[in-house]
Amino acid sequence: MNIDLRVIGEAFHQFLINIGLTSGQASLIDWIFGALILLVIFIVLAILLIWFERKLAGRVQDRLGPNRVGPFGLIQPIADTLKLFTKEDITPAGADRITFNLAPTLAVFSIVMAFAVIPFADKVIGTDINVGVVYLMAFASVSSMSLLMAGWASNNKYALLGGFRVVAQLMSYEIPMAFAMLLPVLLAGTMRMNGLVEAQGQFFGLGWNIWIMPAAFIIYLTTALAEGERAPFDLLEAESEIVAGYNIEYSGLKFAWFYLAFFMNTWVLSAVATTLFLGGWQGPFVSQVPALGVVYFLGKTIIMFVIFAWIRATFPRLRIDQMMSFCWKVLVPMVLVLFLLTAIILKLGLPTIAVWLLILLSNVAVFVIALWLLGKGLEKSKWASKRLFTPEIPRL
Amino acid sequence: MLDQYGLIGVLAIIAFLFPFVGVGIAWMLRPKRPDPIKKSTYECGIETIGDAWVQFRAQYYLIALIFVIFDIEVIFLFPFAVAFEQVGLFAVFEAILFVVILAGGLIYAWKKNALEWQ
Repeated sequence: MNIDLRVIGEAFHQFLINIGLTSGQASLIDWIFGALILLVIFIVLAILLIWFERKLAGRVQDRLGPNRVGPFGLIQPIADTLKLFTKEDITPAGADRITFNLAPTLAVFSIVMAFAVIPFADKVIGTDINVGVVYLMAFASVSSMSLLMAGWASNNKYALLGGFRVVAQLMSYEIPMAFAMLLPVLLAGTMRMNGLVEAQGQFFGLGWNIWIMPAAFIIYLTTALAEGERAPFDLLEAESEIVAGYNIEYSGLKFAWFYLAFFMNTWVLSAVATTLFLGGWQGPFVSQVPALGVVYFLGKTIIMFVIFAWIRATFPRLRIDQMMSFCWKVLVPMVLVLFLLTAIILKLGLPTIAVWLLILLSNVAVFVIALWLLGKGLEKSKWASKRLFTPEIPRL
Repeated sequence: MLDQYGLIGVLAIIAFLFPFVGVGIAWMLRPKRPDPIKKSTYECGIETIGDAWVQFRAQYYLIALIFVIFDIEVIFLFPFAVAFEQVGLFAVFEAILFVVILAGGLIYAWKKNALEWQ
């Protein structure tokens, strides 16, 4: 088992050169194979995760979830996809046809592209570019762009409202998210995804960023819920308010692409949380058996995914003014203060342990002060609604 | 350089083709019987009054404007964070000043009620 997984790729490259290709042609074939492998991982994960989340949400809500097609309903996502292939595709009259058809494609495109920089294990990564974090942010923006395009092109007022909410929600929450991603980069001094994981490998798991900067992790988690359009932040596809938001006019496979992008976006956000805060593929014995890294990475990512699915299945929806105020008045000041404190602490020139403890202290302090101020503000503002009607509890 | 970005280029093509191929296959399989009722806008049962592309509230514009400022700030701070070990104390103070000025902008927007959702 003690093999470097990269060796397989190099052996394949050497094999291509041995059968008489030039180095350039061999590289091209390498890339095509790599890209196809990433696409296959994407599809397999999508099928499994859609089944998994539906089953989990079913259990949370005291239902069985999918259980008819195949063992435990495992083939349900495939059956759904086949059904959607044969459904009529309706383009509403007056829609902006090019934008309307391009939007679902871009939604899937942006999520598949994010897979290129996700480190599944040591050196098992599509490509370890030195701007990995910024690359992820860039494609997250493409993703919100596609939703805005869908809302705009549908020629439907509900869809347009959904599109506007994309602007309000996804763009606002991108700011605290980017800052929360900046803090591990500041500590590690690199934007390479693998470099960020390697930087967390010290002290047997105590070097994970979740222990050093818990407030940043919680902010990332909150913004990831908003970026993944999940309850309690699923205002842009609020069924009870704007029917389904941007995807109201989509049917057939184009709707399926939005659904797929929605699910895989959550997976990518979990994977990024794992990489930045939970130590990625780090774990016991990973230096002896590199293949274990895949197990650790997938395990941690699935734990994150379960947290997201759990929150989605249990929480009610926020109001849009509460959501926007929470972003700009709580999260953004918090991350700005956290960034300043972390930068100052890192420049003091202290030993590693002292730096970590100070960052931990500053995180806890910022978190507690923010909660205290939030409570103060809520007391004063109109949000705090006393119960107008107190039901009488019958005495038994 | 090309070594690292080659895969991304190839993946971009494949990732773009994958949904298109899917829609193409669906186009061959699915029924095609559009009619005016089916193609009408999905609403509560009566036709939409007026154009769907209505004027939107200035609030969204303000939010987008603040977003652009802060997003650019983050993009500037990322290279700063990577080069943090090498830069001197002066650069750190400069970055802090940069953040503080933008925080001042946030406070200004806050006081001007640009962040209130009426």
